[in-house]
Amino acid sequence: MSTIAQKKGFGATLWDYLTTVDHKKIAKLYLMAGGFFFLLGGIEAMVIRIQLAVPNNNFVSAGFYNEMLTMHGTTMIFLAAMPILLGLMNAVMPLQIGARDVAFPFVNALGFWLFFFGGLFLNLSWFLDGAPDAGWTSYASLSLASEGHGIDFYLLGLQISGFGTLMGGINFLVTIINMRAPGMTYMRMPLFSWTTFIGSALILFAFPPLTIGIFLLMFDRLFGANFFDVAAGGNTIIWEHFFWIFGHPEVYILILPAFGIFSEIIPTFSRKRLFGYSSMVFATVLIGFLGFMVWAHHMFTVGLGPIANAIFAVATMAIAVPTGIKIFNWLFTMWGGSIKFTVPMHWGVAFIPSFLLGGVTGIMVAAAAADYQYHDTYFVVAHFHYVIVGGVVFGIFAAVHFYWPLMFGTMLNETLGKITFWLFFIGFHLTFFIQHFLGLWGMPRRIFTFLEGQGLETGNFVSTVGAFFMAAATIVLLINVIVTSVKNKKVGVDPWGDGRTLEWSLPSPPPFYNFKQLPLVRGLDAFWIEKMEGRKRMTPAEPLGDIHMPNSSFTPVMISLGLFVAAFGVMYREDYAWGLPVIIIGLVITFGSMLYRSLKDDHGFHIHKEDLQDDDKKGVEA
Amino acid sequence: MQAEEKMTLEQWPAAPERQTLEAKNKFLGFWFFLGGETVLFASLFATYLALKDKVPSPDHALAKDLFEIPLVFLMTMILLTSSLTSVYAMYHMKNFDFKKMQLWLGVTVLLGFAFLGCEIYEFNHYVHEYGHTFTSSAFGSAFYTLVGFHGAHVTFGLGWILALMIRNAKRGLDLYNAPKFYVASLYWHFIDVVWVFIFSVVYLMGMVG
Amino acid sequence: MENNQMNTSNPKIDLDFRRKQNAEEMRHQVISFALMILFTIIAFVAVGAGFSAWFTVPFILVLAAVQVAFQLFYFMHMNHKGHEAPMLFMFSGVFFAIVMIIAYLTIIWW
Repeated sequence: MSTIAQKKGFGATLWDYLTTVDHKKIAKLYLMAGGFFFLLGGIEAMVIRIQLAVPNNNFVSAGFYNEMLTMHGTTMIFLAAMPILLGLMNAVMPLQIGARDVAFPFVNALGFWLFFFGGLFLNLSWFLDGAPDAGWTSYASLSLASEGHGIDFYLLGLQISGFGTLMGGINFLVTIINMRAPGMTYMRMPLFSWTTFIGSALILFAFPPLTIGIFLLMFDRLFGANFFDVAAGGNTIIWEHFFWIFGHPEVYILILPAFGIFSEIIPTFSRKRLFGYSSMVFATVLIGFLGFMVWAHHMFTVGLGPIANAIFAVATMAIAVPTGIKIFNWLFTMWGGSIKFTVPMHWGVAFIPSFLLGGVTGIMVAAAAADYQYHDTYFVVAHFHYVIVGGVVFGIFAAVHFYWPLMFGTMLNETLGKITFWLFFIGFHLTFFIQHFLGLWGMPRRIFTFLEGQGLETGNFVSTVGAFFMAAATIVLLINVIVTSVKNKKVGVDPWGDGRTLEWSLPSPPPFYNFKQLPLVRGLDAFWIEKMEGRKRMTPAEPLGDIHMPNSSFTPVMISLGLFVAAFGVMYREDYAWGLPVIIIGLVITFGSMLYRSLKDDHGFHIHKEDLQDDDKKGVEA
Repeated sequence: MQAEEKMTLEQWPAAPERQTLEAKNKFLGFWFFLGGETVLFASLFATYLALKDKVPSPDHALAKDLFEIPLVFLMTMILLTSSLTSVYAMYHMKNFDFKKMQLWLGVTVLLGFAFLGCEIYEFNHYVHEYGHTFTSSAFGSAFYTLVGFHGAHVTFGLGWILALMIRNAKRGLDLYNAPKFYVASLYWHFIDVVWVFIFSVVYLMGMVG
Repeated sequence: MENNQMNTSNPKIDLDFRRKQNAEEMRHQVISFALMILFTIIAFVAVGAGFSAWFTVPFILVLAAVQVAFQLFYFMHMNHKGHEAPMLFMFSGVFFAIVMIIAYLTIIWW
């Protein structure tokens, strides 16, 4: 049980990952699955950009373009950015707060498998009935009119993966409240854990409206309900509200963890304590709260009336205040620091101006009157890509380089990392900066081609060239990952040499029980404090004792698989006779597995003190 | 100390539902889930209020035509009483009296089934007397979705409590299953909370017009 | 990770005291149940009596809110210690619920 570095066959490893409830392995699963979907979404983006490279292009048809565009947005948000961030939270947060695992290891695994099967279901639409084609927002009148089953794939797939995300959110909340190490008070918690906490709270309150919205649209499309059918008394605006009551907090669910990542990276490589820690915490909470109060700014042109527009415009602009606090705190953290320009720090420094540009255009589109001009143009496309790519994707790239040793025990190559950075940084600005102007020149969103002589040729061509730079950057990163994995040169404790927080006090990668003895936390940047006082490791807060661990389980896969099967039945219920039986079979698998789980006692197992001491000796030798 | 160890009355702690770390996690996680459920039902209430009495043509039944006081009153009383009986069950759980806990949970389940029976009768009545169905109007869709979601929660709760009762019938209370019973009773109370708003907002306000 | 401390002091004395305490609490529960039933009856009567909707609607909503407070604080024990986090999240949920319902009653473009 306690030997970590066992050589295993492929089958055994696969089974290990299918049944694992260890947060560090689930993190890898999230990273791999999310990375795969990131590549898919990237390919979809390339198709979009190639189609728009020249006027009157016929690289893809109009209908196929709509599918590409819908799937690009949906995949990137739900299946790439969210899971990768959840993966990073899984990998880092429990270690940062000094916990041995998350609060609900089983639910953690279930959350991953629900996301995975939901994403798989959504992407099977390419091979079955055609992908969804009503945009990632899937506005009701358009999505009700969409033929085939594309939209149904969207609804059922997102429903399944949404359940998984909700579970993940609750899990992280409980972990942070109940499982912090001795001395780890809330105001000593690293910023990434704080942003995980607030992000999870947003998940808890933002996903239920999406769940209901999706249910209603599904009832309309598949079961003859009339929620959005105006002729039967319905109202299409309800869908828009549901989508954005979820959708706007979703933006903060994505960006807050990215803020957290940079709040770890910038102090680490400035070798200076984070400037204004408590104001950073305060700003995070405030952004989280305001994130819920601004959803209707996506609907300024719907015609909600001047009062509603004014309220939501003012609330939206208010978010600039806490965000500004954060920007200044990062700058002041670097000010006077002894900065080391590692790859994560490159991303950190580039993030500040890039994200700031997205924030500034955010204020522009928040002005309701002006928004009538920007709405549904490429200006908006440029704005949200500056926020999501310049903020979230930069954060993900930074975190992948920063936490790679923690997750895999090896360091990614710095030179290749810098090549990735420069290619992506140049490509990103090349692609999206010009899109502001394309929008102001009148290019609408979501069109599949444009005509010659409208002044849009150069801008679009430049944008496409930039996209190729970003693709090249991603390929370099993949090469980096492969080269590093093949070399497999293991690193020890604190691989960056400047680690400040608890996770770096552990060997890389950490043993499966994380902390042999829970550490005693004596202040913010716990590990840094110990290092400054000449110690190599944390002071333990408890004597060496038995450690209780949860058992592995295959049940999460079964529960998720059941819903995956049932989803096919729900979709094809009216087309084929096998629909109903398939629903029943799927639900029996799901609820049967749940019943099995609740009837069978699972008390986990204990690692005994003696084995832990053995491990210690081996660790010294290795 | 193991959570699944046999307990005696003397060992039984004051708050058995929050004794072990697993129990504390379960307790907190379930409360957060209920926080999410609050927003979930709020979404349904908001939709219902937006679509109340929105029908395609004047010959469709409206809220004031449909609802009748006696049946709703009966259902409310049944569900409120079942909330009290599950409080009794938890009272006996804290006193380590397994038999009485099972008894009161049994009463709770029976009342839950009675409530479901009334609801099925009610829906059937609306469909056949008034032609008020899930597909007949936006009002119908919103009504059946809101009340039906609640009914589905009741059904799930019944299955859950029954599974717990049967699974633990032979082995009695310990620190492993006490939090499970406690959390299930929280869920049952939450169902009642939702019903309080359903009878006020849907039925009573529907009858007021 | 196991941090279960049993009741450290003498269990026998504890037990009697606790029994009394539990019985006391149960009495509160029954009282709150009686009040809930009473509020429900008042609400139904108010509707049956046919007052103006401007009175009845706010009236029954207030009664519902009071009833739910009883449920949460007594039946679900939110008045006990150790419920700070649940309270924070329940009230946040209620706050978002109210915002949402107001929005759906006002700005959905009749």
